[in-house]
Amino acid sequence: MKNRKHTLPSSFEVDRRDDGSLVLAIRGRMDADRAGEMIRGARALFAQGTPSSLTVDLGEVSYLDDFGSLVLLELREEMEGIKGGFYLRNASENVQRTLSVFQFDKARKDVVLGKKPKPNVFERLGGATLANADDLRYMVSFIGSVCLALVHVVLHPRSLRKEETLLTMQKTGFDALPIVGLISLLLGMILAFMSSVQLKQFGADIYVASLVALAMVRELGPVMTAIIVAGRSGSSFAAEIGTMKVSEEVDALFTMGFDPTRFLVMPKMIAAIVMVPLLTMFADLFSIAGGMLVGVFMLDLTPSAYLSETVRFLELKDIVWSFVKSGVFAGLIAWIGCLRGFQVRGGADAVGQATTSAVVSSLFLIILADSIFAVIRVYWG
Amino acid sequence: MARNAIIKVRNLTAGYGEDAVILHDVSFDVHEGEIFVILGGSGCGKSTLLKHLIGLIPPMSGEVTIDGDDISRCDEETFQQILKKIGISYQGGALFGSMTLAENVGLPIEAYTDLPPKSVAAIIKMKLGLVHLDGFENHLPSEISGGMQKRAGLARAMALNPKILFFDEPSAGLDPVTSAELDNLIIHLNRSLGTTMVIVTHELASIFAVAHRVIMLDKRVKGIIAEGDPEYLREHSQNRFVKQFFNRRAEP
Repeated sequence: MKNRKHTLPSSFEVDRRDDGSLVLAIRGRMDADRAGEMIRGARALFAQGTPSSLTVDLGEVSYLDDFGSLVLLELREEMEGIKGGFYLRNASENVQRTLSVFQFDKARKDVVLGKKPKPNVFERLGGATLANADDLRYMVSFIGSVCLALVHVVLHPRSLRKEETLLTMQKTGFDALPIVGLISLLLGMILAFMSSVQLKQFGADIYVASLVALAMVRELGPVMTAIIVAGRSGSSFAAEIGTMKVSEEVDALFTMGFDPTRFLVMPKMIAAIVMVPLLTMFADLFSIAGGMLVGVFMLDLTPSAYLSETVRFLELKDIVWSFVKSGVFAGLIAWIGCLRGFQVRGGADAVGQATTSAVVSSLFLIILADSIFAVIRVYWG
Repeated sequence: MARNAIIKVRNLTAGYGEDAVILHDVSFDVHEGEIFVILGGSGCGKSTLLKHLIGLIPPMSGEVTIDGDDISRCDEETFQQILKKIGISYQGGALFGSMTLAENVGLPIEAYTDLPPKSVAAIIKMKLGLVHLDGFENHLPSEISGGMQKRAGLARAMALNPKILFFDEPSAGLDPVTSAELDNLIIHLNRSLGTTMVIVTHELASIFAVAHRVIMLDKRVKGIIAEGDPEYLREHSQNRFVKQFFNRRAEP
């Protein structure tokens, strides 16, 4: 018994009458800070024994807001549950006004914030199928509008926003140079180091040079560069267009008579297609330099031997192939980044999803395109 | 009405760098329990002043005190205490897009009170009912109109019944009926809970309906050009711009 009494808050003064009625005087503030304690106190009060009627004396209440009226509501509903009387007394004018603002007479405590019903498995499957079909259709139509815009830019070169294109070139290409350079330098060193462990056993140290050159120029250079660009620029394209979409800027462009694809996508597309092959060239050079560092300092090759070996094995075809590949990757990155941006509906979280999706889709497309190139190369020679 | 100042602004110089001083050497008080309106033409620094009052931007010089604490010089803990005393209704609602209205309003209630979950639901329902959004508890902000988002933002601002409520353009974008209802709600809350209201607006009808006292800013003097009761200012102000503003006349 003592324990239960303990749970009554100090602001409650309980007076149980002999006829079974109960007078509860509440003192002080009835606000957000105290409401939790008071509601638990009210429950404890009823656990101690149910009164036949309850009168709440509000004479000493200095402040009451909707949290306070929630406490009264709790008490009233408890009494209604046992068909007992519930009365308020000594409520000041202020308190009465507050209670009427919060519609205390009509309010119910047992509100159910009914969650929206979750669709069943078939509905969700159907919904996902339709969504994917829509996505696919949009992708194809977006390819179409990008191609049209490209044709338009070729026919009317003046319509291209040159400043914007140059700025995007700087952001996509020049600003990426340090990270692309560092990563390919390290990659070249790693390749040279790992292969040298094996080749040393056969005294074939010198072939490290050709291995690094061929692996980097044919495969890793374009792919690594594309992956870095997808992470840096593909995501930023999606976020930029997505945010513009959320803030109705894309709608504004459209109603001003600009084609959003031509206006927003073309500068990014052209910047990417021009800059990514250049970045790839730098990646190739840096990785060969990385390989040479290992060759000279760990394998005791002379720089000139390393370089002549590299040049002997590299064909012009490899280099051109590498540029073509990275140009295609660049187009894919810009295309999917802008596409995901345009698909944004809603708010901040949709922009986040679009950014993620842009990077993941680009990575997938890069690898897919690279394998197609590999097959073509095998048959083409 | 109590006359002690709950917000004190002293010699506030506000702006964004030396070249972009918006307000110069501004001082005024907001008294406890009053509805205080900051008004002025576009670009006079109303919103900048509001951002200084709530501590989003530190002043270039001068001080702002809320309930006795200087908000730009107090420590982190005091600042958190101040934040609990104020609620802000942003111009566009500023609801969290990934949460339903109920979750938006419930966020501060769940975080800062120890109410049992059922009571939290009841409070959320009451709060949304106050701004006439009953039945929209499970809607996402993107699924309702701009005016509704604004009202939901107000419900969230007053979730914990703060001592001071700040409004940034409360009636912009609302239809006249909703706007009048909002005015009534502001008056009701002010009378019953004694909430101090600081409102930035230039909606004349709303100013005359709710304001106890106004200050009027002007970009030419970078400060206050008028202070007092709006109806008095309309009739008796000697300042040409103040007269134009209150009587809705174009620049001659």
